[in-house]
Amino acid sequence: MLKISLDKLDKLFEAVSASQTLYIPVDREDGAAEYKKYESGMKLSSALNTVRSAKDFFFPQTENLVDFKMEGKNIEVIDVREESEDFVIFGVRACDARSFTILDKVFLCEPVDSYYKNRRDHGTVVTMACTRPAETCFCGTFGIDAAAPEGDAACYSDGESLFIEAHNEKGQKFIDSVASLFEDGDTAKLEAVREKTREVLKKLPLANLTTDNFGGDKLNEYFNSDKWGELSESCLGCGTCTFVCPTCQCYDIKDFNTGHGIKRFRCWDSCMYSDFTKMAHGNPRLTQLERFRQRFMHKLVYFPANNNGEFGCVGCGRCLSKCPISMNIVKVMKALEVK
Amino acid sequence: MQEAMINRAKQLLADGTVNRVIGWKRGEFAYDITPAVFDSADELDSDFVFDDFTAANVSKYLVKESKKEGKVLAFLKPCDTYSFNQLVKEHRVVRENVYIIGIPGGPKLDAEKIKAKGITGILGVKNENYTLKIDTVYGEETMPFYEAVLDKCASCKSKKHVVYDELMGDEGDVLDSDRFDMVEKLENMTAQERYDFWREQLSKCIRCNACRNVCPACTCEKCVFDNPASGVENKAPADSFEENMFHIIRAFHVAGRCTDCGECSRVCPQNIPLHLLNRKFIKDINELYGNYQAGEDTTSRAPLNDYRQDDCEAGIVHERGVE
Repeated sequence: MLKISLDKLDKLFEAVSASQTLYIPVDREDGAAEYKKYESGMKLSSALNTVRSAKDFFFPQTENLVDFKMEGKNIEVIDVREESEDFVIFGVRACDARSFTILDKVFLCEPVDSYYKNRRDHGTVVTMACTRPAETCFCGTFGIDAAAPEGDAACYSDGESLFIEAHNEKGQKFIDSVASLFEDGDTAKLEAVREKTREVLKKLPLANLTTDNFGGDKLNEYFNSDKWGELSESCLGCGTCTFVCPTCQCYDIKDFNTGHGIKRFRCWDSCMYSDFTKMAHGNPRLTQLERFRQRFMHKLVYFPANNNGEFGCVGCGRCLSKCPISMNIVKVMKALEVK
Repeated sequence: MQEAMINRAKQLLADGTVNRVIGWKRGEFAYDITPAVFDSADELDSDFVFDDFTAANVSKYLVKESKKEGKVLAFLKPCDTYSFNQLVKEHRVVRENVYIIGIPGGPKLDAEKIKAKGITGILGVKNENYTLKIDTVYGEETMPFYEAVLDKCASCKSKKHVVYDELMGDEGDVLDSDRFDMVEKLENMTAQERYDFWREQLSKCIRCNACRNVCPACTCEKCVFDNPASGVENKAPADSFEENMFHIIRAFHVAGRCTDCGECSRVCPQNIPLHLLNRKFIKDINELYGNYQAGEDTTSRAPLNDYRQDDCEAGIVHERGVE
């Protein structure tokens, strides 16, 4: 496999960012990590994950879809879309990489969401294998191997060098563009590191969590479960879980009067909110119980029902560490599960 | 303490004083505690927890709980009692329907601060003489207890309970805290520096509303920002300055009512120090109207709800007028 010494990473980033926009996870002053557009001097974060997921690159929190301008009785429709330029997201973890596959199922099925597709076509995803998974990790539950992430190309670190391999043409093109910085490397030590990571993954507290008893055929059983009241009782109805989630994909489209015209924009929505899927008569989910149930039924039952058994969760653990009241999909699965 | 609390709760359930208990429920890990209502002795035995991570302020849940049938037992830490009292003052909770046991306060711990030290794979956390022994899948780690203390506890304003029906443990005093130090630092910045500080902090906002929804002072039945008929409802900002406005407007709305419980900053997924906005208001009120602590009592008139002829006329407009 091709490798580059870890202390030459900045050379790699410089080379990539010379030809296209590069995003890497960097540490913030408050200890959290976030993706930033690479600028000279930035250091790759060693954090397991960013607070906001990588879905932002393909499905941003807000985006303008179209503008309308009124002059007299004429309405001018202005396409505000800009063709994306090529960009690279470097250091995406296995969980987030899988989330793109899940988002693709939503946005790339007919009718194709051309805004999403535009960004997806121009983005190259370079993943980074995990070496220090956290107690909140449960990607294995969804068949994800944190030590062998998906993506267009994947990187692995053995503590000294960064190894890279391509998974498809896009990934190969990325590697070719910076090949001069890499050399052939012996992967013996790397294999040992990957083995160690897999051993750790097996020891994690959520290692035995499975989806065996969830899926599209469990609709009535779980929808009518008497556990929802207790589970949702202290839910604050905030949108933290949905906004840090790499797979939550619901959005709202609204018109905004700027005073000079109308901007039609799209923004993330949250099933936890009181005006989610609001219709003429109001929100069909009257209380937090129904809103809370919607989120977990979507991930564990409705999504697999519509997508050949694929679940709407990748086990990244963000909701486990960020929910203000520490209620999350793992607790829901454990409480709900009927074996 | 936890055992004594469970026993007392069981007694009060058994003798019919209360028909349920609001407290904290154990999670999957050492730190992921969920506020919960317990209906039975069995539930208390299996799930009730009170430890270094039970930081959540349960007062706001009593807005809803106190309107249900029967009395609810609430265990309130000193800071939580201020929130509760303020809710009584604003007629948001039914005092008669809550049986309050005052329990000792923090300092409580912030799991994020442990993780920020690079400690991960956490299986258990023990406090041994103010050193945390943390069992992880990567081996045992240690760190000083005080480096993991929640910000809201690090500048604790009071160990005194301002409302209770009975107390467990010793009663404490109102403390001299350093809680206005950072506000002062911000005041001493130039306008540009201060603007840059807040722009950097508030630009992290993902508009999840966790700060608003956890806030005991935010109890409007329908927030103006959730009401499509208000004209200002938005889930998304029209420009990058709008998030700032959301937080500033919220701080104005809770001014004089915020007890400084610190929940807003505790729950912020992006670590925005939102409490500093509220503390600025508290500090200004103290300086302009004399010391005032929201939630300290249920009868006094709050400075911003009161009018007196000798009220200060703070503000640049008034100062200009004097010239």
